[in-house]
Amino acid sequence: MADTHAIATGHSTGHSSEHPPQLRHHFDDMHQQFDSATFGMWVFLLTEIMFFGGMFGAYTVYRSMYPEAFAATSNFMNPAFGAANTAVLIVSSLTMALAVRAAHLGQQKFLQLMLVLTMIFGTAFLVIKGFEYHEHWVDMKVPLFPGHWAWDGPLAPPQYAHQAQILFCFYFFMTGFHAVHMVVGLGIMTTILLMARKGSFGPAYYTPVEVSGLYWHFVDIVWIFLFPLLYLIGHTKNLI
Amino acid sequence: MSTALQDPQTTETPNYLNAEYGWKSWLFTTDHKRIAVLYLISISVMFALGGVFAMLIRLELLTPQGDLVNSDTYNKFFTMHGVTMVFFFLIPSIPATLGNFLVPMMIGAKDLAFPRINLLSWYIYIAGALFALAAIVMGGVDTGWTFYTPFSTTYSNTFVITAAVGVFIAGFSSILTGLNFIVTVHKMRAPGMTWGRLPLFVWANYATALIQVLGTPVVAITLALVGLERAFHIGIFDPAIGGDPILFQHMFWFYSHPAVYIMILPGMGVISEIVTCFSRKGVFGYSFIAGSSLGIAIIGFLVWGHHMFVTGMSMYAGLYFSLLTMLVAVPSAIKVFNWTATMFRGSISYETPMLYAFGFIGLFTIGGLTGLYLGTLGMDVHLTDTYFVIAHFHYVMVGGMVVAYLGGLHFWWPKITGKMYPEGWGKFSALLVFAGFNLTFFPQFILGYLGQPRRYHAYAPEFQVLNVMSTAGASVLGIGFVIPLVYFLWSLKYGKPAGNNPYGAKGLEWTTQSPPTTFNFDVTPIVTEEAYAYAKHEETHVG
Amino acid sequence: MQLPLWPEAASAVATEIDYLYIYLTVVSVVMSVLIFGTIFVFCIKYRRRGDEIPEPIHGSLRLEITWSVIPFLVMLTFFWWGAKIYFLNATPPPNSMDVYAVGKQWMWKVQYPEGQREINELHVPIGRPVKITLASEDVIHSFFIPALRIKHDVVPGHYDTMWFTANKAGRYHLYCAEYCGTEHSGMVGWVTVMEPADYANWLAGGGSSGTMAQQGERLFEQLGCSSCHLLDRQGRCPSLRGVYGSRVQLSDGKTVQADDAYIRESILNPNAKVVSGYKPNVMPSFQGQITEEGILQLVIYIKSLGITNAPGAPTAAALAAPQNGGKQ
Repeated sequence: MADTHAIATGHSTGHSSEHPPQLRHHFDDMHQQFDSATFGMWVFLLTEIMFFGGMFGAYTVYRSMYPEAFAATSNFMNPAFGAANTAVLIVSSLTMALAVRAAHLGQQKFLQLMLVLTMIFGTAFLVIKGFEYHEHWVDMKVPLFPGHWAWDGPLAPPQYAHQAQILFCFYFFMTGFHAVHMVVGLGIMTTILLMARKGSFGPAYYTPVEVSGLYWHFVDIVWIFLFPLLYLIGHTKNLI
Repeated sequence: MSTALQDPQTTETPNYLNAEYGWKSWLFTTDHKRIAVLYLISISVMFALGGVFAMLIRLELLTPQGDLVNSDTYNKFFTMHGVTMVFFFLIPSIPATLGNFLVPMMIGAKDLAFPRINLLSWYIYIAGALFALAAIVMGGVDTGWTFYTPFSTTYSNTFVITAAVGVFIAGFSSILTGLNFIVTVHKMRAPGMTWGRLPLFVWANYATALIQVLGTPVVAITLALVGLERAFHIGIFDPAIGGDPILFQHMFWFYSHPAVYIMILPGMGVISEIVTCFSRKGVFGYSFIAGSSLGIAIIGFLVWGHHMFVTGMSMYAGLYFSLLTMLVAVPSAIKVFNWTATMFRGSISYETPMLYAFGFIGLFTIGGLTGLYLGTLGMDVHLTDTYFVIAHFHYVMVGGMVVAYLGGLHFWWPKITGKMYPEGWGKFSALLVFAGFNLTFFPQFILGYLGQPRRYHAYAPEFQVLNVMSTAGASVLGIGFVIPLVYFLWSLKYGKPAGNNPYGAKGLEWTTQSPPTTFNFDVTPIVTEEAYAYAKHEETHVG
Repeated sequence: MQLPLWPEAASAVATEIDYLYIYLTVVSVVMSVLIFGTIFVFCIKYRRRGDEIPEPIHGSLRLEITWSVIPFLVMLTFFWWGAKIYFLNATPPPNSMDVYAVGKQWMWKVQYPEGQREINELHVPIGRPVKITLASEDVIHSFFIPALRIKHDVVPGHYDTMWFTANKAGRYHLYCAEYCGTEHSGMVGWVTVMEPADYANWLAGGGSSGTMAQQGERLFEQLGCSSCHLLDRQGRCPSLRGVYGSRVQLSDGKTVQADDAYIRESILNPNAKVVSGYKPNVMPSFQGQITEEGILQLVIYIKSLGITNAPGAPTAAALAAPQNGGKQ
């Protein structure tokens, strides 16, 4: 037992002057806390990659089993909506990155502005998605809902009816799970915005902003993969 | 306060158990040690439940006919036995109890990196368990714990979705625990606690955490798809509408094979700690044991197809999976050899934890070797889906993991509770478990080669004698599990107070009082020596 | 009181698997005895005698490599032998006799080209390779004959095949080995291996409904297939004479082999592969209207309309005549 030396650090004798209020008790210092929080978010994003990856994997397997069927379904995707959403998300990642920087530099007003813009773009994404889902609803391309699924017309080769249904299920699951992550992201941003308005962030402490930024960028990147996979590959008809 | 570290404990000495009283102080705790105790209670309940199903199964199998219960009920018994044991006992077991309790202490930290997430993961586990219990209470599930399609998605008339939701939720508990451990080990080590000085129990939990984080999301999405398929008949897994039932198996086993390494690696970590302590000697080949944990974690992701050799996959896929299955056995073998070498020229004593360690090495070796039979292609064609497989995985899961878990519980019980269990009863139960276990499961190897298929409610009459032997063994095994429950509870009130370090073991956790204070260390330790530095002078190299 | 400890072996492959099993067991026992024996010796020799602190031994790279590489090489012998048997099991010889088995909750329905039908029973002759084509009506089953040391999963949606050559007369267990619901453990039966003369006698008993080809022909007419595929003069659908075994060009430019699976798919999902020069949506799907057994009968019938000779495939004439158990 005498083999490990123990030294007294500041913590055991109560709060010292270098003990900021946001420092949690089990951490030695703010640096360790920041490091752990960001690392933890990276590990969490890794699990999200595996989660979405499972879906991407299943989609890929079905796509390679029925390539023509899946190419046919691309005709019913609206790349204009998809492209608009891509642009919106990329800009929102820019505003998010600027928000993190603002927090780091203690620029309170700019931070709040960037957070609000990020949320506006995030909401815009969901609104565009809503229009897109509505278009599918009207066009009878929503499987599993009787009355809103039909596979017919010149762009719908009938031999692919089953596979088309499977593909559209994948489409709605993948974009749907993504949209749920966006909604959660908006909730997180709301919390961060409220904390920012109270002046919680500055050069000494901006961990929640950093960590939320990582999450937001991840949700953006998932979309960057979804867009070409679901909208662009095999698309032959020009839909406006 | 520091003098209290030296004294034997009385119940009045402040520690994490008496720091606060009341149910709120437990249900809203962020102390990793209290959360470990919460988990300990919860998984013990699920283990008991799974054990009840096991006894019902073995009772039915006393006779060749299905005469105790009807077929549907029997099918539910083995399904619920598997689901509760795998997802609600084995997967959380050591990491959530011993890991939660010890990993921060072993690295000299005050808690895990994210204590509130730790508590959340316990609540998530409880939520998942409630769904599983609901499925049982409402009438059960009969798909087998493997949920194969299209039976589970289209044909079963039981509460598949409820059970799948329970497992889905419990998966997030596992993911969060893994995430917590990874960040903790990376970021919260005390000064001087380098990666090369970590106790092997920490390495084992770290490797396990990697698997939890990478694998569990895949089973989550797989079960989600099963639920959606069952509810909405999408057609992903149903061949009648263009789906592929084998895709389900690939997705399911992609997680569930690494899952078995989630179950065994922490147990191996426990054995490393016990063998070194009771040989009073540093472990032989530390870097190889640490590296083998990582090796098992990585290679374990590459062998899932060995569960599917007779599904009609391509011969070349079969070759690949068989070859890699041989490869993944090597790191496990290394561990067994290294533990043996650790005992060479050691100073060996036979307290209860060490008896469990011996049991582990014996039973895990047999279990692992029989895994090679199953990884051998032509051999697997005969053995798969028979009782040979059941015997194999019970040897590694029960003979390995549960034995390691019991060994670890005994080893660290004094630290967790401040009390000693009765050593005589401890040894007796260990022997009972060993004897009962072998009598239960060894005959099943023979039954398997003879051809008795698994999940059979009724069987050919000539198999009865072996089945009766197995049931007899199960009764002994059951008693062997119940006795520690009794004396552990007894020890809480009447056990001899344990000192800080009743076994004279190395490791930071033994430098704290028993039970530890809420923040573990009054002052942050600085580590200056290797793990298991039982002797102080220069180490020798052999070979 | 019966206490069997070893299953009967009824084929050369089964015997080889037994040898492999013995080899695996010998190696395992040797490994275990070495490890357990060593530990036992250490336990006695190095038991704690006082307060002594043993000398630490850090490790040994040489030992680690030795006891990694040598076991791995031994495992490679397991792998090699097992792979050899697996490959052997994967390819039925060209002169195999065909049997068809359909798994359905919870029974095995076995059909022979000559027309016999059995439930939960399979009769085969000694010495003749038997190729079983397996289909499932519902969930995944598995056709398991322990005495032959073989099984194969029966997965719905496609055909699976397995083959064996029995070399010992007797009656052996047949089991379903993939959990399939309530009466999974009731989906059991018997495989009877017979001397060639006995098998010929049994076969001559015949099926009351005619050969599989004849049953298939009846279905072909009942379901209306003949109106198009045999009698049509307007080019609505391809003729089936000689189609079996040929390479078929599809409307999307690809070429496929017209085998059992192709015929099955064409019946259940005709729009999946449309023959070049023909339109989709003309042939209706028969999904749900015909059992897997029926599809197998149709396949045999279509084979009897002429086979484009893939090497080793029996000629139509050989198919039409009842198979004689003793013939090689």
